[in-house]
Amino acid sequence: MNQKQKKILYRIITSFSLLIVLTIVCRIVELPTVLRGVLYLIPYLVIGYDILRKAWKGIRNHQVFDENFLMAVATVGAFLLGEYAEGSAVMLFYQIGELFQSVAVGKSRQNIADLMDIRPDYANLLTDGQIEKVDPDDVEIGAVIVVNPGEKIPIDGTVIEGKTSLDTSALTGESVPRDAAEGDTVISGCINLTGVIHIETTKEFGESTVSKILDLVENSSMKKARMENFITRFARYYTPAVCYGALALAILPPLFLTLTGMTGTAGVFQVWADWITRALTFLVISCPCALVISVPLSFFGGIGCTSSKGILVKGSNYLEALANTKYVVFDKTGTLTKGVFEVTEIHPAEGMDEKELLQAAAYAESASSHPISLSLRKAYGQEIDISRVKDIEELAGHGVRACVDGRIVLAGNEKLMRREGILCETGPDADTLVYVAADGTYVGCIVISDVIKPTARQAILSLKNSGVKRTVMLTGDSQSAAAKAARETGVDEVKSELLPADKVSEVEKILQQKGEKEMLAFVGDGINDAPVLSRADVGIAMGALGSDAAIEAADIVLTDDDPAKIALAMKISVKTLRIVKENIIFALTVKAICLILGAFGIAGMWLAIFADVGVMVLAVLNATRALRMK
Amino acid sequence: MKKTYKVEVDCANCAAKMEAAVKATEGVKDASLSFMTLKLKVEFEDGADAETVMKNALANCKKVEDDCEIFL
Repeated sequence: MNQKQKKILYRIITSFSLLIVLTIVCRIVELPTVLRGVLYLIPYLVIGYDILRKAWKGIRNHQVFDENFLMAVATVGAFLLGEYAEGSAVMLFYQIGELFQSVAVGKSRQNIADLMDIRPDYANLLTDGQIEKVDPDDVEIGAVIVVNPGEKIPIDGTVIEGKTSLDTSALTGESVPRDAAEGDTVISGCINLTGVIHIETTKEFGESTVSKILDLVENSSMKKARMENFITRFARYYTPAVCYGALALAILPPLFLTLTGMTGTAGVFQVWADWITRALTFLVISCPCALVISVPLSFFGGIGCTSSKGILVKGSNYLEALANTKYVVFDKTGTLTKGVFEVTEIHPAEGMDEKELLQAAAYAESASSHPISLSLRKAYGQEIDISRVKDIEELAGHGVRACVDGRIVLAGNEKLMRREGILCETGPDADTLVYVAADGTYVGCIVISDVIKPTARQAILSLKNSGVKRTVMLTGDSQSAAAKAARETGVDEVKSELLPADKVSEVEKILQQKGEKEMLAFVGDGINDAPVLSRADVGIAMGALGSDAAIEAADIVLTDDDPAKIALAMKISVKTLRIVKENIIFALTVKAICLILGAFGIAGMWLAIFADVGVMVLAVLNATRALRMK
Repeated sequence: MKKTYKVEVDCANCAAKMEAAVKATEGVKDASLSFMTLKLKVEFEDGADAETVMKNALANCKKVEDDCEIFL
């Protein structure tokens, strides 16, 4: 509880005790009415003086009909009617409700803040062998900082000394620690687990990953969802409508009763007082706060929840759009596949063994830095003895020719084999095939492919289960490679051999076909997909930590490379939206019922305050459920 | 030009009213107030002096909701 809340609490306790004492005294001793009124004014003023002051200021600023004004009128009215205890108690009850609401909102703010508790408080700056604790903001690029086990890495940089494992769960939701040693880049926000490391910073604190993420999440509530705007607009019409309703309630029925002489035994004055009280009750019920707060709070909870799982959502509107996503378009390389080439199959010709074939290819390709050559060498796995290779010749668009251990080795595509007049069997359907020949004879081929991410298939399946109608894969790769990846992942459709501009037009095509309420999400690695990311209803960038361009262009950023997170994000967004709808329906229904009861005089001021503050607290509690979703 | 300010306000509806008041202030192109983070993001018109605009904005806010504060 903060200072303000504590002060209110003391006032509540004081006023409550005074009220009890007064009530007991009045039971025992018969006091004159005027004295009773004056005595009851004490607890009333203790609890309500600020409300009265605010109401007065409101009137001066032409802002009648705010809560304070309503409470002031309602309670002053009660005093004038001689209902002293009632007037004080209503004010007390109202303040208790307000306090409860303020604590509930503060609590959920705190919960969200805790969830995002990745902000480092200090950095250990190393200067001339001395370690000094400084504000991370004061560390310059290129400075050396020391991170001890248990501390957070405050600034992005490169490890220059020591090795350790890092807990990245606050950023990625991934619980398996990641190893880091000399030369590795590390991102801020990770917790150092085992060893002391020295880091040379490569960014300023403000540009570091942790600051970017915090900014993004904190600003996310600025981008309001459609439903949120709807509620704000609704409140703008609803409040005056209820006010006029109340005015009508205060005047029309008693006027009618008076004119027709149907005031009965109660008398004219009592009839008017009765209807005015009903009108006031009506006004207290009408406060739209419960509606107005529960919607953004639910969204904020949802965003807090996704953040803790390594899914950064840039705005409530995107969470809303994600819940209605029916089309998911994927980029292939780096999104559904790992984006690294690996030797996946080796097909030696007769008389050759796998190792020999791989060795020949690796040696022939030893001088090249092409990704394919790298993957061959990686698969070979042994040190290359350069003295064994001579006369390496790159044949552009075909492959290489080299002399390995005195034999002329050719390694390259099918065209190379044809050009050299070497007979070879056509290899399997794959991304890349390296044919190898030695001294003019075909010795086998090696299949190199981009490996599908282990969770890709499951990711597509879960998307379908969560109601996605169509999954499409777009790629610049060859048709055969695309078809293979499509088979392995289970996407519905695949479009291959696309240039970056073609990807935009493919997405446009689907955008035109889909229904208005159906959303399209595009998932890419964020490096060269920026135009498509911004064209789609929801742009999702993968594994984008550290890539500023992707964080800029995307609406949702997955901090690890896991495509399965998309389905999880959808699940959370659907649940968040359900909570939002629950809150809207709940608040409106309770208010409507109470309004009707109030108009008929069945509900008194007590119920009215419940309808105002109680509904709000319940809605807030429901909204905080969004935080704890799995 | 965009700037972010910390605000203090007690109820969500009051926050919505404040947001509308800031939006209506001359020199403000757009404004967004988050009741959850208690932050106000203001986009100013070109050439507007942020300091004067925000003083007016605060005055407008005080008119609709007395119990609020923008930390300029």
